[in-house]
Amino acid sequence: MSDSKYFQTTKKGEIHELKEELLSQREDKKKEAVKKVIAAMTVGKDVSMLFTHVLNCMQTHNLELKKLVYLYVMNYAKNHPDRAILAVNTFQKDATDPNPLIRALAVRTMGCIRVDNITEHLCEPLRHALKDQDPYVRKTAAVCVAKLYDVNPELVENQGFLNILNDMLGDSNPMVVANAVAALTEIDEVSKTEVFRIHSGNLNKLLAALNECTEWGQVFILNSLCKYTPRDSQEAENVCERVAPRLQHANSAVVLSAVKVLMKYLNSIPNGDSVRTFCKKMAPPLVTLLSKEPEIQFLGLRNINLIVQRRPEILQYEMKVFFCKYNDPIYVKMEKLEIMIMLANEKNIDEVLLEFKEYATEIDVEFVRKAVRAIGRCAIKIDRASERCIQVLLDLIQTKVNYVVQEAIIVIKDIFRKYPNKYEGIIATLCANLESLDEPEAKASMIWIIGEYAERIDNAHELLNSFLEGFKDENSQVQLQLLTAIVKLFLKRPKDAQQMVQTVLNLSTQESDNPDLRDRGFVYWRLLSTDFEAAKAVVLSEKPLITDTTSQLDESLLNELIMNISTLASVYHKPPETFVAKLKGIKRGMRKEEEDEEEPDYVDDDNNGPSPNQGYAGQQQQNNQQYGQQQQQQRSGNLIDLDLSDLGSALPQQSNNPYASPQQQQYNNSNDLGFLGGGGNNNVRSPVQKSVIFGGDKSQSIQIAGAFSRANNRVSLELTLSNNSQQQMARFKIQFYQNSFGISPIDPILNCPPIEPGQTIEVSIPIQCANAAFTQPFNPVIDMAMMVLPSQEKFYFKMNFPFNCLFTENGRLERDSYLAMWRSIPETNERQKEIQIRLNQFDPASLLAKLNQKNLFEIVRKSNNGQEISFLSCKTENSIYILVELTFSQNSRVCKAISKSTAPEVMPIFEHTLDNLINNA
Amino acid sequence: MAASAIFLMDSKGKVLISRNYRGDVPMSVASKFVSKILEEEDLNLKPIIQEDGISYIYVKYNNLFLLATTERNANAATILLFLYKMIEVFNEYFKELEEESIRDNFVVIYELMDEMMDFGYPQSTEPKILQEYITQEGYKLERGAKGIMLPAAITGAVSWRKEGIKYNKNEVFLDVVESINLLVSANGTVLRSEIVGAVKMKSKLSGMPELRLGLNDKILFENSNKTGAPKGKGVELEDVKFHQCVRLSKFENDRTISFIPPDGEFELMSYRLNTTVKPLIWVECISDTHAHSRVEYMVKAKSQFKGKSIANNVEIIVPVPPDADTPKFRCTVGTCKYAPEKDAIIWTIKQFPGGGKEFLMRAHFGLPSISDEKPATKPPIMVKFEIPYYTVSGIQVRYLKIIEKSGYQALPWVRYVCLSGDYQFRTS
Repeated sequence: MSDSKYFQTTKKGEIHELKEELLSQREDKKKEAVKKVIAAMTVGKDVSMLFTHVLNCMQTHNLELKKLVYLYVMNYAKNHPDRAILAVNTFQKDATDPNPLIRALAVRTMGCIRVDNITEHLCEPLRHALKDQDPYVRKTAAVCVAKLYDVNPELVENQGFLNILNDMLGDSNPMVVANAVAALTEIDEVSKTEVFRIHSGNLNKLLAALNECTEWGQVFILNSLCKYTPRDSQEAENVCERVAPRLQHANSAVVLSAVKVLMKYLNSIPNGDSVRTFCKKMAPPLVTLLSKEPEIQFLGLRNINLIVQRRPEILQYEMKVFFCKYNDPIYVKMEKLEIMIMLANEKNIDEVLLEFKEYATEIDVEFVRKAVRAIGRCAIKIDRASERCIQVLLDLIQTKVNYVVQEAIIVIKDIFRKYPNKYEGIIATLCANLESLDEPEAKASMIWIIGEYAERIDNAHELLNSFLEGFKDENSQVQLQLLTAIVKLFLKRPKDAQQMVQTVLNLSTQESDNPDLRDRGFVYWRLLSTDFEAAKAVVLSEKPLITDTTSQLDESLLNELIMNISTLASVYHKPPETFVAKLKGIKRGMRKEEEDEEEPDYVDDDNNGPSPNQGYAGQQQQNNQQYGQQQQQQRSGNLIDLDLSDLGSALPQQSNNPYASPQQQQYNNSNDLGFLGGGGNNNVRSPVQKSVIFGGDKSQSIQIAGAFSRANNRVSLELTLSNNSQQQMARFKIQFYQNSFGISPIDPILNCPPIEPGQTIEVSIPIQCANAAFTQPFNPVIDMAMMVLPSQEKFYFKMNFPFNCLFTENGRLERDSYLAMWRSIPETNERQKEIQIRLNQFDPASLLAKLNQKNLFEIVRKSNNGQEISFLSCKTENSIYILVELTFSQNSRVCKAISKSTAPEVMPIFEHTLDNLINNA
Repeated sequence: MAASAIFLMDSKGKVLISRNYRGDVPMSVASKFVSKILEEEDLNLKPIIQEDGISYIYVKYNNLFLLATTERNANAATILLFLYKMIEVFNEYFKELEEESIRDNFVVIYELMDEMMDFGYPQSTEPKILQEYITQEGYKLERGAKGIMLPAAITGAVSWRKEGIKYNKNEVFLDVVESINLLVSANGTVLRSEIVGAVKMKSKLSGMPELRLGLNDKILFENSNKTGAPKGKGVELEDVKFHQCVRLSKFENDRTISFIPPDGEFELMSYRLNTTVKPLIWVECISDTHAHSRVEYMVKAKSQFKGKSIANNVEIIVPVPPDADTPKFRCTVGTCKYAPEKDAIIWTIKQFPGGGKEFLMRAHFGLPSISDEKPATKPPIMVKFEIPYYTVSGIQVRYLKIIEKSGYQALPWVRYVCLSGDYQFRTS
């Protein structure tokens, strides 16, 4: 019997005819009619006008007919909320039918009707169904609670359904347990309060149900286990042992969920042997994912990418399974390539390079490009393989395939950056391929190479000149690079480029309407016209080395994604908050900051996929960071005495150009980072507020101002020393007397040049705090002495040490660990303090952002009856965790702080510090 | 975790049937999905895509799209696996899932969709059990105990087998099928060789039988050898996957494979071995291209398995340029055919004896005097074969114990076969 005949009625008057048939007394006629209605609905015809008529067929003993009517009601109830109420009676009656199939069907369908006046009537049948004697009805009812919660959360809470659901975790039937887990997990995700907590009590019930429920139920339960943080390593190990057999399940979803649980619980197992055992068990199932359907392979590979980043040892010997097959879909090949780069090491690089070379001769252009780029990334990643990589790239250049050559030149430029003065011998080969370059990125790379090595390329000026001819038609990336390269050439070989530099500066500043180009042109112009040597120092300075971080994820993001293995987040490599609107409100704010820095490599908009530029995102970031650090180090290394203050503020942010010389990057970054290393320049916005600590009245021969600061994981004492005497002060030695923090300078001899009479210099003293040890009673004041050599004059002074300088950058706890730790610290260690807020105006959000900058991290924030409660954590250099709960009330200038710490003795000083942090803007 | 809606679409993206499970994603997004996948280049067509906050997870099957949508951080693995499970169930119901069968069975499909997933959470997906209470014929529902009732299995611990099955002759058939995946580089180095095996079972047993399968599992052997059990060569299985009927924790504890089987055919277990075995059939190909005039091939095939065995239906598929013409062949054994639709020569050898036998084939093609400059693709040479009564891994079924409370005797039958899987020789 074929149903297709139901689709064939298209004549006029059809609706009328259907009405007639629906009114028929004969059951089979009615059924035929309803089937026609459903068929019409399926092909998208509007049959909602038949609502009343179809509803009339609902009271039937024919199960098939009943199901069809239910299906119809489900689809159209929204259009007829007033008439849908007529169905309630039948639903309620069916919910008490002796046949469990019908009882479940009624509850299930009612739950799907998202109409208010129906949901009201759902409560009673649902309550019965939750206690039904038949497990099929109970498991259906469990899911129904989640449906109801989606429509009306208050109703579910008021009716006490959540408690019933929690009780169901102990149900004798594993399917019921699994569905209760699924419902609770979903509700917990959106609810403001915690409705589903796994504790040692229900943990065992879940583990027991795990062995007996269906494959899907196993997935629900395994996922829920990730919410629990084991009490100790023993418990963690027990859970791992119970979960590990699931790795043998035929269903890949079960396998991936089991991997997720193991990845989480292994963090709590200190015993290296056990960790190794479990890691060993995970490898074969992960490899087997690659023999499944391509879609599953893709999902598996995205997850393996995360797993390899966290625990590379799991798959370290499995390189070969990631070799691409000719008939793999392109999306699988691309992911395999990425993992091959991750797993490449000195031992396997030879076979990996052979593979890459093979891929580079395939015909899929994007795949070929990625393969060439992979060779470059391996060269940068593995020092000892760089030579072989270069050789392969040169071989590929010989193929003369246009896009291969271009891609090779782009990566060779990066290799030059990583290994300066090592492979320049190949420049001649590269120059031979100039004419085949037609893509901006390749052109720009080649130009960069020519500029950077202008002194070794005899005809550099001719080459650059040939590019200069078409300057106006070039892409801005190429223009910028050409400008820089010609300036470099000029600085190295002034005679050859006199004319060219003039031309390019003219073109850039006068004939271009690209602000980046114009500004860079002006900067060079001023530099060159002011001081040739200074310009040389700036433009030709040594560049920081690069590393390959293209695919590396930020640590905290990686942690979060590991907790999301097998979900969409693990496919996109983005935290769920960034693509899901409906999540607990409190979670959303908390991630903001990381979100902004993170450059996910899986972008799903139009320029999706590994575009030729993809490789740069991460690298660029890294470069910027390095430049930033370098800038910090160079603060005292006054490069040029130019007054760039007016220019500096006018400079735009050029974040998309990897070629700019480091100094330019510095200018570009200057808006974020204070200002460029202008040394004594008065325009410098000092990052630390120093206060005078000695010789304030100028009666002494020296004046000292200083402050402790923390940046880049280091604590330092920043001093400004002014020589008020008539003699040169040559060397200084600083000494810290015994203090409550146990800190001291790393090197007592200050690293600073001699100070001439009347001169002021700044010096940064790195502080040793790795072995900080706190002694009682706590006193924040540190006594210090400074001796000036050679006069051996000694000055004594004291400074307050801000406790927060010892807060480390990695003090952010995961939500679970936070909760676990809070619970594990005894009540006796808890302290409460009310902090007066003395700021003129404040709002909790910006205040907390400020604390975040000081490494006092916010974990979660909740709003509740006009109160904002924020949970924060920090960790000191000697690994003492301090957890604090701050409560801000509306219209109150008092903030309540409840804090706990593993070391109660630090609490008074912490509270004092907290007060300072909050009240010092 | 959950899928919001599921669509079955034809190859042009027309929705054939759909089910909205959660109502949070508008059903109209199906058309957005269609335009996205029709516009997008192949490269960017991943099986999981996101647009405007909605994630689309889909698989392609027989000119059909099975699509799931969600706006949450759903469990993508579950959804993908569920889509495949749907295909399995529909195939079981209608022989072959295709556009036609969907139209012919839309009522049952609606029922199945209602039963297999609730609010986006997969529920019962065992085809055998679903067939118990969702049938294609309309049925009367009678008052009382008679009429369609819920199979107890659906929520029971044994959710894959109903009670009261009866056979006059109790039999079990076991098929041990191994397929060999091989990847050889153009210069003849074996890059990867892998055995993917499966134990398939067809059970025709009455009641609720308890089965225990004994294999020559190396780990088990090593354990039992200490206690003086019979000696023999064991096989080290690298990654074993079991049907959900097998008690995993029991296997974890003492490596025994014990289970209550579903009725009929199913895959009991699969395993994988990464051992390097000598490629069973070795192929070498020398090609000589005279541009714009002709190309010649010399292909040598050699058997490297035991002399007692014979490989059946061997096909060696040698790629040729797409613009090649006027084929000429010469081979010592078998037949050669030019398959222009595959741009390949197919050399078929019905029976290929083992023990180092070597066969030769020569082919000659004309090439057009003009050709486009596009870089040539380099498809690999593929080989297909099957070798009966043979396993590469050496796996053996040592016993299959069947215990049922009625105490009947049942006979197990075991067959072995070795197949080619992804068996590729790269060409230069």
